Amino acid sequence: MTTIKNEELAVAALQNGTVIDHIPTESLFKVVNLLGIENMKSSVTIGFNLNSKKCGKKGIIKVADVFLHEDTLNRIALVAPNVKINIIRDYKVVDKHTVSLPDDIYDIVKCNNPKCITNNEPMKTHFHVIDRENVVLKCHYCERVVGKDDIALK
Amino acid sequence: MNSDSLVSISDFSKDEILSLLESASRFEADPNRDLLKGKVVATLFFEPSTRTRLSFETAVNRLGGRVIGFSDANTTSSSKGETLHDTIMMVSNYADLIIMRHHLEGAARYASEFSPVPIINAGDGANQHPSQTMLDLYSIYKTQGTLDNLTITMVGDLKYGRTVHSLLMAMYYFKPRFNFVACDELKMPIEYKEFCKKHDIEYHEYADFSEEVINQTDILYMTRVQRERFTDIMEYERVKNLYTLKNSMLLGSKDNLRVLHPLPRVNEISYDVDSNPKAYYFQQARNGLYARQAIICKVLGIDNN
Repeated sequence: MTTIKNEELAVAALQNGTVIDHIPTESLFKVVNLLGIENMKSSVTIGFNLNSKKCGKKGIIKVADVFLHEDTLNRIALVAPNVKINIIRDYKVVDKHTVSLPDDIYDIVKCNNPKCITNNEPMKTHFHVIDRENVVLKCHYCERVVGKDDIALK
Repeated sequence: MNSDSLVSISDFSKDEILSLLESASRFEADPNRDLLKGKVVATLFFEPSTRTRLSFETAVNRLGGRVIGFSDANTTSSSKGETLHDTIMMVSNYADLIIMRHHLEGAARYASEFSPVPIINAGDGANQHPSQTMLDLYSIYKTQGTLDNLTITMVGDLKYGRTVHSLLMAMYYFKPRFNFVACDELKMPIEYKEFCKKHDIEYHEYADFSEEVINQTDILYMTRVQRERFTDIMEYERVKNLYTLKNSMLLGSKDNLRVLHPLPRVNEISYDVDSNPKAYYFQQARNGLYARQAIICKVLGIDNN
């Protein structure tokens, strides 16, 4: 009972901003890392191990007064493909959608191939998403294919 | 970025491949022409490859161009820690075209993104080597009169062999049928078999290198089984001679069959095959000159008609 209350509280308290919901708990801190939350100036609430009707335990991130760019949010799909984004304005959810991987991912993922040029030059990485559903990426440079479980972030 | 660069054979469309083959055959008929007069071409071999470098440099010389470059990165400032970016920017001040080989995969793609002059990839690690693929295609086209509907049997190291992977990808325009002959450790990787399935390309896999397979083949593409590819040295000793082509194995083969090999060969083709008119690997290497002349002219926008 108390945990549900907590969860409601956590979601309800935002006046304006972005709520990132239904994050699998094991991916929560990866998502925090991906979004660069440690460098944000606005207030951020991070919920961990909250009860969820849909997925057992979940994580949630609320960023006050910031409407994160779509490209930034879509990065989340790399580690957690079914995460829900809620855009809150004046306490109301004005937009709700699931993250989706972009066609190209720049400078977020590290190539697993030690002989790839991206691991040996001061340069940005670039991956093509070749299978959105199963999260399969291909390095634009060395052409190595990497599956969801082997994706390493920079 | 320089869009004229050649990094991977998949950068070329079917029509571009066909027009390169036509161009290569015109160079074969008349290889010495002053099409590159006044041009300077840089051959940057961060990793040594004498065979490829000589072939490219001969191509430039026979077209009347001049060559600068290096054949070993130890003598350049990359050994002092200079980035590839800076080396390419420096050389692009001097040359109209850069032909580069690098041990790192993706190096040529990266260079093509910022180089003011076109880049030709002469091999980037285990990744791409498109001029080898072009000379393979030209050899097939020349000996068979077509690239369409051929049965190509690939033998040996199909797991690490970059040449067989690129050839497989390039042939997909031409409705080929493949036989993959390799031991378990060196089988064709799943991604290339998936590629075949996706594009409706028929393929069969064999562990035995048998005459039954050879006899249905138009192009027999042999590759070297390298000792260093094996984790188990006993396994290497067991298989090393199983994928050797002997002249007697060609007795029942088709008249149009030709034996190709990217060279260098060690023991995967017996010397008694050399005198068989179906052995084509040395001519294949010579075709590299014409294929490279065609590629150089294409990336520089020079018409050789």
